[in-house]
Amino acid sequence: MATLPLEAERFDVEEFLAREQAKDLLRFTTAGSVDDGKSTLIGRLLHDARGAYEDQLKQAIRGGEIDFSLLTDGLRAEREQGITIDVAYRYFATPKRKFILADTPGHEQYTRNMATGASTAQLAIILLDAARGITTQSLRHAYITSLLGIPHFVIAVNKMDLVDYDQEVFHRIRAEFAPFLTRLGVDDAYFLPLSALKGDNVVDRSKNMPWFDGHSLLTQLESVDTSPVTVHAPFRMAVQRVVRPDMNFRGYAGQIASGVVRPGDEVLAQPSGRRSRVERIVTWEGDLEVAHAPLSVTLTLRDEIDISRGDMISSGPEPVSAKALEATMVWFDNDPLDPSRHYLIKHTSQIVPARVEAVEYRVDVNTLHAESVHTLSMNEVGVVRIATARPVFFDPYRENRGTGAFVLIDRQTNATAAAGMIVAAAEGGNESAAERLARLVRAAVPPGAHLNLPAEDETAIAMLRKALQGFFRHD
Amino acid sequence: MAWEISHLRALEAESIHILREVASEFQRPVMLYSIGKDSSVMVRLAQKAFHPAPIPFPFLHVDTSYKFKEMIEFRERQAAELGVKLIVNTNRKALDDGANPLRLGTERCCGLLKTTALLDGLRAGNFDAAFGGARRDEEKSRAKERVYSFRDGLGQWDPKNQRPELWNIYNSRIEPGESIRVFPLSNWTEMDVWQYIHLEKIPIVPLYFAKEREVLVRGNSVILTEQSFMGPRDGEKLQTVKCRMRSLGCSPCTGAIRSDADTIPKIIAELVAVRNSERENRVIDHDREGSMELKKREGYF
Repeated sequence: MATLPLEAERFDVEEFLAREQAKDLLRFTTAGSVDDGKSTLIGRLLHDARGAYEDQLKQAIRGGEIDFSLLTDGLRAEREQGITIDVAYRYFATPKRKFILADTPGHEQYTRNMATGASTAQLAIILLDAARGITTQSLRHAYITSLLGIPHFVIAVNKMDLVDYDQEVFHRIRAEFAPFLTRLGVDDAYFLPLSALKGDNVVDRSKNMPWFDGHSLLTQLESVDTSPVTVHAPFRMAVQRVVRPDMNFRGYAGQIASGVVRPGDEVLAQPSGRRSRVERIVTWEGDLEVAHAPLSVTLTLRDEIDISRGDMISSGPEPVSAKALEATMVWFDNDPLDPSRHYLIKHTSQIVPARVEAVEYRVDVNTLHAESVHTLSMNEVGVVRIATARPVFFDPYRENRGTGAFVLIDRQTNATAAAGMIVAAAEGGNESAAERLARLVRAAVPPGAHLNLPAEDETAIAMLRKALQGFFRHD
Repeated sequence: MAWEISHLRALEAESIHILREVASEFQRPVMLYSIGKDSSVMVRLAQKAFHPAPIPFPFLHVDTSYKFKEMIEFRERQAAELGVKLIVNTNRKALDDGANPLRLGTERCCGLLKTTALLDGLRAGNFDAAFGGARRDEEKSRAKERVYSFRDGLGQWDPKNQRPELWNIYNSRIEPGESIRVFPLSNWTEMDVWQYIHLEKIPIVPLYFAKEREVLVRGNSVILTEQSFMGPRDGEKLQTVKCRMRSLGCSPCTGAIRSDADTIPKIIAELVAVRNSERENRVIDHDREGSMELKKREGYF
């Protein structure tokens, strides 16, 4: 268990530094609401693992006791309303590992914040209340976090003290929740009974639940595998910048999104489609013999080929190149998705004009049912078809978070309107004129209204009908 | 083959990615150079990001005129060694009117000499992106700040209406007059910064190292009396105390701590033992509850 260096009898700084340098980093996220005791859990974790400093603790004392939630709710509005409305990042370390925690609010109107916190996380803690059992909120948390591709889950059944540490309660919740996680494609879920308020199973194993033979939350956080899964995927690096200090040097700077690269490797440059071999991997410390995700490097190639910012350098199976994408999107903006509006997508290091051609369906985040709709509003999740002005080079998000993710930017307001996860290249490619007309009609017609079209052009009507399928009501 | 990387290499790779994105997507980026340890780390990361090319943007230092002498000497040395363009901006008018923290109080003094001078400096250079060395672990309101922190035409921050930030994809779109503050060290902690300085042998201002200094001890504060208006009051005498600065700011408002740490490993050892967060010795943060958030909304870094 965690012993802190300051508790050691003699503190040897050189030994400490050597140990520190061997530490890796785990990014994790928590989803839950005030009612689930989430802030209390985080406060307890920070306090017991010494992530909160004493002067901050002093400010969090209310009525003689530490109010752990005051350690994490940073903004004035949150303190005034007693809720967590944004993503707060917290940092702490144990002798084994460094942690970055993205603390996110749990209510449905903050689905977008949950998605934000989950986007960089390797592990998610889903918090359940033992007394209340599984709620629609827990299902929603599990869905959103799994959607963002988090590999590891901890299902923390909190407030066990309120049910007398009854193992039946824990086992019942686990039996009910596990199949749901399997359906979402979650392979690694660790179920854990705890009490954040009393400290049971948070840092140390609880004496109140001898029937539980697993380890504590902190031990789980310290032991989960952090080696980036992206290392085993094919090599991908989007070019951020062409480095050209003089006529003799031309390098391509970027952060390796996935895989491994060595001098001599054959690589493909997109969109040019030209191939070359890696000559050098240049860094400030000197050339490398091998580099891998997620390092930031500069590559030089043997051949002079035309590469600029936004281009993709890869090896192995080629990234998909497409101008029509099918993607899952989480809508962020106050203004709902408008198919007639101009958007931009930022994908890897390129910004491309784009249009959302169709909302294929919306997912009810509470029931996971697909619903036929025309648009997406704030905090809604749906599958859409997007047309881009230039090709994007991607892998499906499920296979590669780095090359499968994008954000959608509203061209008029510059707002980050949505987050997108590419499913595949959309079939059919670019829309025809008739499809475009149909899309505009669809956007203009209020839901449920009957259409009254001129009968001149049989073909256009047939195409419109096809495109409008699912939007007609047959009374 | 093992592919795990240490937390410092992971943070470094992330910061370099941010520096490159900004340098490539904005017309006129600038690095706000505060001379402190975080700036020193940011400078090293910038050297790495653009190697073998030089750092492609200028540095801007907001000089209140109350900075420690050793900080200014260090600034001049660094700029010369790096060969970057250094812009120094000072609110001369406020100083001519006699602005100092004793007369105005820290809140108004910071407002004039730091915030106003910073906004003026950014406007004068027409800078659309400004790097800052702030970290999210420093203070609660900073824990929610984005890596790309959007500022409107008046340089204001709206904490309730921040752009969502996912993965490593940053939204760089702004209108003329608007700007972005960029925090490449967002995910670093104080401990990470010191370990990186140690590992990379990064030069820092000597004030960080403990030595015997002539100081004024007033209550719990250990004050280096560089400014005449901070001199001893009736009955007070200067004493020799072995001390160092944990964070650098203006000499009247930044206290020293008693310390024997005269090497970086000793500073790290001290940090492990110290249980108070580093900004505690800053007078400004404690003006009132949430004061840092208020300052930031008005444009303070």
